[in-house]
Amino acid sequence: MASRLMALWDWFDSRMPTVGEEWRKHASEYYAPKNFNFWYYFGALSLLVLVIMIVSGIFLTMNYKPDAALAFGSVEYIMRDVPGGWLIRYIHSTGASAFFIVVYLHMFRALLYGSYKEPRELVWIFGVLIYLTLMGEAFFGYLLPWGQMSYWGAQVIVNLFSTVPFIGPDLALWIRGDYVVSDVTLNRFFALHVIALPLVLLGLVVAHILALHDVGSNNPDGVEIKQNKDANGRPVDGIPFHPYYTVKDTVGSVVFLAVFCIVMFFMPELGGYFLEHNNFIPANPLLTPEHIAPVWYFTPYYSVLRAVPPVEIEWLGIAPTQFPGVMVMGISTLVLFLFPWLDRSPVKSIRYRGVYWKSAVAIFVVAFLVLGYLGVKPTNAWGQFGAWLGGAERATVAARVCTVVYFAFFILMPWYTAKDKVKPVPDRVTM
Amino acid sequence: MSDNQKVDRTRRNLVVATSVAGGAASIGAAIPFVASMFPSERAKAAGAPIEVDISAIAPGEMKVFEWRGKPVWVIRRTKEMVESLKAVTPMLADPVSAKSEQPSYAKNDTRARKPDVMVMEGVCTHLGCSPQLKTIESKAEMGADWAGGFYCPCHGSKFDLAGRVFRGAPAPTNLTIPPYTFLSDSTLLIGEDRKEA
Repeated sequence: MASRLMALWDWFDSRMPTVGEEWRKHASEYYAPKNFNFWYYFGALSLLVLVIMIVSGIFLTMNYKPDAALAFGSVEYIMRDVPGGWLIRYIHSTGASAFFIVVYLHMFRALLYGSYKEPRELVWIFGVLIYLTLMGEAFFGYLLPWGQMSYWGAQVIVNLFSTVPFIGPDLALWIRGDYVVSDVTLNRFFALHVIALPLVLLGLVVAHILALHDVGSNNPDGVEIKQNKDANGRPVDGIPFHPYYTVKDTVGSVVFLAVFCIVMFFMPELGGYFLEHNNFIPANPLLTPEHIAPVWYFTPYYSVLRAVPPVEIEWLGIAPTQFPGVMVMGISTLVLFLFPWLDRSPVKSIRYRGVYWKSAVAIFVVAFLVLGYLGVKPTNAWGQFGAWLGGAERATVAARVCTVVYFAFFILMPWYTAKDKVKPVPDRVTM
Repeated sequence: MSDNQKVDRTRRNLVVATSVAGGAASIGAAIPFVASMFPSERAKAAGAPIEVDISAIAPGEMKVFEWRGKPVWVIRRTKEMVESLKAVTPMLADPVSAKSEQPSYAKNDTRARKPDVMVMEGVCTHLGCSPQLKTIESKAEMGADWAGGFYCPCHGSKFDLAGRVFRGAPAPTNLTIPPYTFLSDSTLLIGEDRKEA
């Protein structure tokens, strides 16, 4: 039997050797550093969630109707009448949040170990592009259930584009295809969500992995394992990705899926954070819900938007406009691209960096989390300061402080990373 | 490409010319796709004016009508409500509506053709949410000096009973007033300017 299978493989391999070559290049002979730790699970998990989303998404489209009159009802139909439909839908909705959780942790890993630094700038750039595409994918998908949050969330986000000087209103009109978010908008967001952006996403994921495998993986010590090879030209600190890391990632996947299932089966709404309560009310274009907030993974940027007041330039005849806030929010995501060039430290891993970098990262993470927290709350959540601060809203002031911290982290990076006192980096990885 | 070989200029020029022509053709081909995303004829036609009956709106009450898919509010303002517009003037960002959108007949102290009937689009000029009516009874929630007006739940903008925005709110301008005409005391045409009957 075994020899028959081998013969079949030889027959295949002699006709299409690419498959075997790529397998060796990217798995069985791809040497990854042997000291990967917990943080290195999240790349593989992102890939797993991508597959989960594509498969569950395909099955959802079999019963979903992208029509303003039918969309909300078709989702309820999936939930109640389609056999197993509730499960498929909860897999998809839980998967959306899970995607952002693993991607945020994956990005944080890069921050910890300097994985964006030379020679991995392209890996990082493709990664940021994946992140931005994922945000678009999540935004388009969120309109589809056609609930109140879907509707008003889309209304607010599309109107962000209308603040662009000169072309703004036409741009928003072009995105919506109507004067307000409507059936037309729903129909095109469906097209973008189920085919256009997933294709872009897959292409970017392939580019991300190819770019990574060309330069090789970084590791918790930030040591280049390719600089230390044995007689056969293999990195002495490297082990083949398959079977070592495929097995390790399988274990990680099992643990991840266990947690995923607990959320999916027992708390699919996760207290209104994964599925917002207002989205169980059908979209009503005439009535904005009492309190609207984006889904949790957008809230840090939403807070940045809210933190910037409208600006008026009287002597230029520019009426008060929210555009600066929109711009600041846009820059707060685009600034991620500059990471590899803003960080001037000679050392990659946080293990060998000094107190400046460690404190900067800690403060940045706190600011990012506070922004995220404030984004789910109304601006008057913490009440107001007394008259000594003009009665300003406490939450708004906090969001402004955190926004300044967010940008200071990037703007001052060339300075504090260059000044920082680093420790000597070992020649070999440590275990 | 090897550096020591001489480039055949004729062939190179042909390659450049073909690329430019091909690029232009691609842009041309993209135009119908981009254009297809603008509002269709049907979406444009849905913007026709609407005729509404306002006789049932009691003083101090508000009714919402749908015009071009947007909420349009009609508020029957009481004398006290009209009076309140003067009192709040110092707290407004654009009290005379210089930077806001409204027909010329609504660019006055009450932002209306008739002071007792306020017509405006219920769409926040910030990011398009629909603000909520908070009457003078909402003082507990809106602050002691609240004289009645509107509050946007999305980003906290506040407006007075003529849709004028308070200073310090994220909304840049006052609420927009659509063109409208009184066909009679009880019938209102929203979406079109006509000579008053």
